[in-house]
Amino acid sequence: MSAAPYLIVGNSAAAVGCIEGIRSVDRERPVILLSREPYRVYSRPLVSYLLAGKITDERMFYRPPDFYERNGVEAILGVTAVSIVPSRKVVETADGRAFGFEKLLIATGGRPVIPGDVPGIDAPGVFTLTSWDDARAIKAHIAGNGAREALVVGGGLIGLKAVEALVAVGMKVTMVELSDRILSATFDRAASDLARETLERAGVAVRCGTTVARMEKRGGMLAGAELRDGSSVPCSLAIIAIGVLPDLSLVEGSGIRTDRGILVDDTLRTSAPDIYAAGDVAQAPAAEAIGGGRKCIPILPNAYRQGFVAGQNMAGRKRTYRGAMPMNAVDVLGLPTISVGLTDPPEGSEYEILSALDREAPWYKKLVLKGGRIVGAVFAGRIDRAGIITGLIRDRADISGFRDLLLSGDFGLISLPAEYRKHIVSGAGIEV
Amino acid sequence: MKSVKRIIVREEYCIGCRLCEIHCIVRHSKSGKIIKAFRSEKDAIVPAVTVEQKGYTSFALQCRHCDEAPCIEACMTGAMRRDGKTGAVLCDRDRCVGCWMCIMVCPAGAVRQGKCREAASKCDLCLDRDVPACVANCPNEALTLGGDA
Ligand SMILES: Cc1cc2nc3c(=O)[nH]c(=O)nc-3n(C[C@H](O)[C@H](O)[C@H](O)COP(=O)(O)OP(=O)(O)OC[C@H]3O[C@@H](n4cnc5c(N)ncnc54)[C@H](O)[C@@H]3O)c2cc1C
Repeated sequence: MSAAPYLIVGNSAAAVGCIEGIRSVDRERPVILLSREPYRVYSRPLVSYLLAGKITDERMFYRPPDFYERNGVEAILGVTAVSIVPSRKVVETADGRAFGFEKLLIATGGRPVIPGDVPGIDAPGVFTLTSWDDARAIKAHIAGNGAREALVVGGGLIGLKAVEALVAVGMKVTMVELSDRILSATFDRAASDLARETLERAGVAVRCGTTVARMEKRGGMLAGAELRDGSSVPCSLAIIAIGVLPDLSLVEGSGIRTDRGILVDDTLRTSAPDIYAAGDVAQAPAAEAIGGGRKCIPILPNAYRQGFVAGQNMAGRKRTYRGAMPMNAVDVLGLPTISVGLTDPPEGSEYEILSALDREAPWYKKLVLKGGRIVGAVFAGRIDRAGIITGLIRDRADISGFRDLLLSGDFGLISLPAEYRKHIVSGAGIEV
Repeated sequence: MKSVKRIIVREEYCIGCRLCEIHCIVRHSKSGKIIKAFRSEKDAIVPAVTVEQKGYTSFALQCRHCDEAPCIEACMTGAMRRDGKTGAVLCDRDRCVGCWMCIMVCPAGAVRQGKCREAASKCDLCLDRDVPACVANCPNEALTLGGDA
């Protein structure tokens, strides 16, 4: 068996980042890519847009049709890798093949969490929403039995995206969230409240502080859900969106070190030589602004960047990763929002908050400061130029000279010291 | 890949006249005519160059077409991409769904929400012309065309 110079398991944002990273260093040596899903690389966040009918299947692709060919990649689609033997540098697949490698990237992403203790959760009509196939199956279900009422379990990002899609196709939607507010992982309370009010204005029933206790079937099909608070919600469609966890099945038994995700260093290398991991499956160094350490932060920009840095290292250029930062831009039924870094700090004098809120408009802007630096921000309603703040967080810029301008309506690059402005204006090599 | 043509921002020379913004709008209007553009299309077009002004300081800024551009890395659809021929960072409006990840990560604040469609609006370097409209119409060379960076 000849060893592939580069082998990638996975075919999504981290894999694409890796390919583009390798090709920025090495134009020649071939790449082999293995993917469980049978599709050419598509955009995972678009699955809810597809469900909503906002885009068609043709628009799902993340890169042009000639992407693999142009980059010298042999993509083997529809094949599942089942084990890695680091000592022999081999990956084995479910169909009995073995692929040798010189350098390997594990980019198998995450998989949705399904609660184990909910009777009836396997009823036809209960879905997750993390893949192209999921979106297709849900569409077929809606078309097939004319479902009108839906339950979305989980008030995080994917739950919100699911709600938005179902509202767009005209369904009556109930969202349940166990914690006392939606989007609690990325928003502070004020932003969560704005998001909730926006959903409610669009007719969505938002129920916090409870979750589903059992699914009820009628004629073998989902007919409703009973909640922990004893109430029931009629529904013939349910989407479970309580979270995504790194998919570690491939590395089990390989000896590669894991915690929540696959542990990697600042070159994205795992505990095994020549084996790298990136994206939702990885637990990578996190940005200092959020306290450092190694964290799983499952968002697309991190997946791409980690893949890119891993690719460059695999190809022999020493490159260090700057650290993952939680950030998201989410449109809540027409209310644009952006959250970056630490948005809801623990109580205590270490942190200082600057904020402005207009409930009517509505808009909201909040900055979290610590030791003369910005460590987090939330924007809702007005998001133009939010990236300048992201940049200041990223660069750990000292904001003491212009602190009072941060909330002003015309805040811009002009508010920043000339030195910093010059660095931004030069535009070379800025990292996410 | 050819290096991108870069627009050099020279803050010392900017007089804050905003002609760059106006000519950017006109160049990206359907009619290409200033009167028509301002009568009927202005509200649909966001200028891709912005003049910022405070006291005696002012400058005009548009997309920096960064190397390793954050907006390309953060784009979830692949709409934001590097043009293979010119190296420019371009947004394919047909593939953009308006998620605003690009706005979130642009350290220059140079990507905006488009007005008429759910698509991001940014500088395209006027690739169909030799000289971008903002540069061509700057009366004081506060915007100039740099060589390959
Ligand atoms: C509905 C939804 C909306 C989202 N919205 C946003 C958003 O707005 N912004 C944002 O930043 N992020 C968003 N995300 C998260 C984003 O999609 C992920 O962070 C990103 O896709 C992670 O990329 P990845 O390459 O690590 O893995 P994944 O995208 O999870 O892909 C994993 C790949 O590995 C393959 N694979 C897995 N196991 C194997 C195996 N054993 N053998 C072979 N192949 C295998 C899969 O087929 C797939 O190709 C969203 C996610 C979802 C589901």
